[in-house]
Amino acid sequence: MSTGGDAPRRSAGGRFVDGLRTVDERRVAGLAGIRSRWRALPLVVRIAALAAVAVFFYLLPNLAIPLIPTPDTNFASVLFTVAVYVLVAVGLNVVIGLAGLLDLGYIGFFAVGAYSVAIFGSPASPLATKYPWLMLIPIAIAVSMVSGVILGGPTLRLRGDYLAIVTLGFGEIVRLIAVNWSITNGQIGIPNVPAPPGKFPDGSPLFGVIDTRPFYWLALTVVLICMFGVKLLENSRVGRSWLAIREDEDAAELMGVPSFKFKLWAFAIGAGLGGLSGALFASRQGFINSNSFDVLTSVLFVAAVVLGGAGNLAGVTLGAVLISYLPERFRGAAEYRFLFFGLALIAIMIFRPQGLIPSRRRAVELADRKREAEEEVTAGA
Amino acid sequence: MPDATTGVAGPPLLEVDDVTMQFGGVTALDHISFEVRRGEILGLIGPNGAGKTTCFNVMTGVFQPTSGEVRLNGQKLVSRSRHQITRLGIARTFQNIRLFPEMTALENVQVGGDARHRTSVPGALLRLPRHRREERDGRTQAFELLDFMGIPHAANSLARNLPYGDQRRLEIARALATGPELLCLDEPAAGFNPAEKEELLALIRRIRDRGQTVLLIEHDMRLVMGVTDRIVVLEFGRKIADAAPAAVRADPKVVAAYLGVPEDAA
Amino acid sequence: MNFEFLFANIGDLTVTGLSQGAIYALIALGYTLVYGLLKLINFAHSEVFMMGTFGALFAWQLVGLHENNPIPSVPMMIVYLLVGLVGAAVWSGVTALAVEFVAYRPLRRRNAPRLVFLITAIGASLAISEAVGIATGRQQFGMPDLFKTTTLVTIGDAHITNLDLGVIVAAIVMMVVLDQFINRTRLGRGIRAVAQDSDTAALMGINKNRVIVLTFVLGGVMAGAAALLYNLKIGVTRADIGFLLGIKAFTAAVLGGIGNLRGALLGGLALGLVENYGSALFGTSWRDVVAFAVLVIILMFRPTGLLGESLGKARA
Repeated sequence: MSTGGDAPRRSAGGRFVDGLRTVDERRVAGLAGIRSRWRALPLVVRIAALAAVAVFFYLLPNLAIPLIPTPDTNFASVLFTVAVYVLVAVGLNVVIGLAGLLDLGYIGFFAVGAYSVAIFGSPASPLATKYPWLMLIPIAIAVSMVSGVILGGPTLRLRGDYLAIVTLGFGEIVRLIAVNWSITNGQIGIPNVPAPPGKFPDGSPLFGVIDTRPFYWLALTVVLICMFGVKLLENSRVGRSWLAIREDEDAAELMGVPSFKFKLWAFAIGAGLGGLSGALFASRQGFINSNSFDVLTSVLFVAAVVLGGAGNLAGVTLGAVLISYLPERFRGAAEYRFLFFGLALIAIMIFRPQGLIPSRRRAVELADRKREAEEEVTAGA
Repeated sequence: MPDATTGVAGPPLLEVDDVTMQFGGVTALDHISFEVRRGEILGLIGPNGAGKTTCFNVMTGVFQPTSGEVRLNGQKLVSRSRHQITRLGIARTFQNIRLFPEMTALENVQVGGDARHRTSVPGALLRLPRHRREERDGRTQAFELLDFMGIPHAANSLARNLPYGDQRRLEIARALATGPELLCLDEPAAGFNPAEKEELLALIRRIRDRGQTVLLIEHDMRLVMGVTDRIVVLEFGRKIADAAPAAVRADPKVVAAYLGVPEDAA
Repeated sequence: MNFEFLFANIGDLTVTGLSQGAIYALIALGYTLVYGLLKLINFAHSEVFMMGTFGALFAWQLVGLHENNPIPSVPMMIVYLLVGLVGAAVWSGVTALAVEFVAYRPLRRRNAPRLVFLITAIGASLAISEAVGIATGRQQFGMPDLFKTTTLVTIGDAHITNLDLGVIVAAIVMMVVLDQFINRTRLGRGIRAVAQDSDTAALMGINKNRVIVLTFVLGGVMAGAAALLYNLKIGVTRADIGFLLGIKAFTAAVLGGIGNLRGALLGGLALGLVENYGSALFGTSWRDVVAFAVLVIILMFRPTGLLGESLGKARA
């Protein structure tokens, strides 16, 4: 047996998607019904509806909806955490869901972004700069993207499961550097990470520790912008190339897709979004140490993407919300959360491998079938 | 001008020059040379294991030949990456269909068209004019090609759900979308019934009439004889004939190769 | 970089590196066997090993041997070692089987792609380590002392202790036994046949599922042996030790050439040495960074490892 000659006919990611093909047809058809009705609405109505949903989420911390708020923790700060997880899932979805690259060390980019803000922004750091917060964020994104390119450059040619392990190693290296490096200062960490600028009329800081709603609104805004950006990419040559690579990398190359270039873009964009989420996280905490970046959290990120439905923004959002919100809502059970997510990963892969919300494409097609059938009936009548 | 031995005369589009391909100790292609002339339909035939698909793979950059050179319009192809070769003007289909199964037929063809597009992440994010132009042109072209191949109804179906014949047609549409000068078809009629084969013949001629050159690997001798201007025959990695269909049919070496008569007896 | 320290202690560093590496090698066998057979990175194998450390502990507690008991006599020590080995091997073997039956077999029946297996493997790994963590209160458990660690020989500046020597010899003996099993027995031939070409093997009347079960058991037993040696060498265990040991053992397997039994031994020993030398150079806190850096570098530049990937052709 020669594993060296194991040239997979389809990319590992493509075969991954093969696995997502046991479909609960009825449920998909139901979703497709909702989707086609949605698409049939006039554009104005659709925009208004989306705006209403956005407004609802902005108002969420002010609405006293029974059962949703978290009894044990500040609801707004939980919402902030949820928003950061959603941002992570949106970024990781580009890598796993669209380009089909299994990245188990995504936490590494999250950490790079968080530490970039802390190292360049905190007066306690020896490398502190005088840049304002609004400059630090692009710096954090840039540093993360560069680290993504440095990691991806040599490794993106590897087989899928090897890539998974290398990225896992990368995530762990980043954590160990954070633990051991004098500047990141291990468990003691870096205090006084700068917060976004702005003041209330009474002079107290807008992004303070008491009222965390501004942080949530900021994170929500960032999430919406990034989702919009990812959507733009999806509906373009870039998104098509990612899907083609995920489906069959060799065939994609032979159809003129520069697969390495687009894989590297996926990796860099994913890293940038991961870094951005880390930067927001660090700004909100005001303090970071190496404890926040263990590999279990990285596995949790993957779980968020896979549970909800890889390749699909609504799906990964749902996954991220579940994974970050449930343990906060049911604090008493938080001890069991990793156990639960571990079992959930197995169960989902075995019983519902396409995730909770299956991808748009299947739904579109079923809707088309239905329409065709109806047209035939009308034509025959 | 067509003549008896060379089919359609035209300047060489693709030159395969003394190509040898070895895998370990096995020689799959043994000093193969032939050329494809602009505007012709060239058949590449031979018994199983003769090296036809290996030849395709060397031309399209899947394999680096052990020695020898491949040129398209005089430009060297060896050691160029696969997507660069495609952009230079060679497109192909696969013996075993290799579509992008979870993408719609339209998107499959659009991916092919993207070979000639240049929009990358910044252009797509900022919706620059070039992105918009390319999207519009790509969609129009994709619909035209689906129409040309006779599968306009399939546009929004996922590739994996199409019937077998439509998948074969979609693969050709996707290859055509890359805007090739040379279209390489690897057993496009495999699994077709006689009526479908007839249709395919007409289609290949129409592709040539659009100004594209076609290189055809085929097992079905009747199909090859009926449509090609010239035929190259491989056996055990060596070229044993290169002539017009009639001459090839009469060539004792070819007959021997296909009927399994020992070479010395032939 | 502290070259002075490295060269002053090169002998001792080599001995401890080899004994640490021997443990990696035994765990690496589990990855290599399963990968060679199924092309699957059995990510949960780390927890199979972790369960083994607890298995040995429970077995000892069952026969009344506790952490602070006095050091037993030599015959009793041998009895206790065997009891520990059986306990570890059984727990590890059962865990390996459970993972195969719950997490992998249902997917194999549906012919799921490789990454799906990897995700369920991660899920299984997480679930096992968390379940044990919850059950044990995430406490650290000490091991009873079975013998007193003494220096047997000194070669140059290298102090070879009975413990290090025992670990290395035990690991090599286990390897030889496994090698003989794979190459000489009928069951071993079945494994090699399935690894080379599972479809043809099935046509030849080999029951593929039985071979797979056997392979998981073998990997589990080896992990159990590694767990026993780990207990003796390190002296404590916790529910979360699996991850680090597992990924290092995987590194060892890849380093030697995953799917290749001899590669696992070579890779394990090499990793133990590199890691030990590296931590002498850069400081012990960078030890794991060295190990992970080795993994990343190998996969980048020689993904087939030192000896290449092959179980089918295995001369273990």
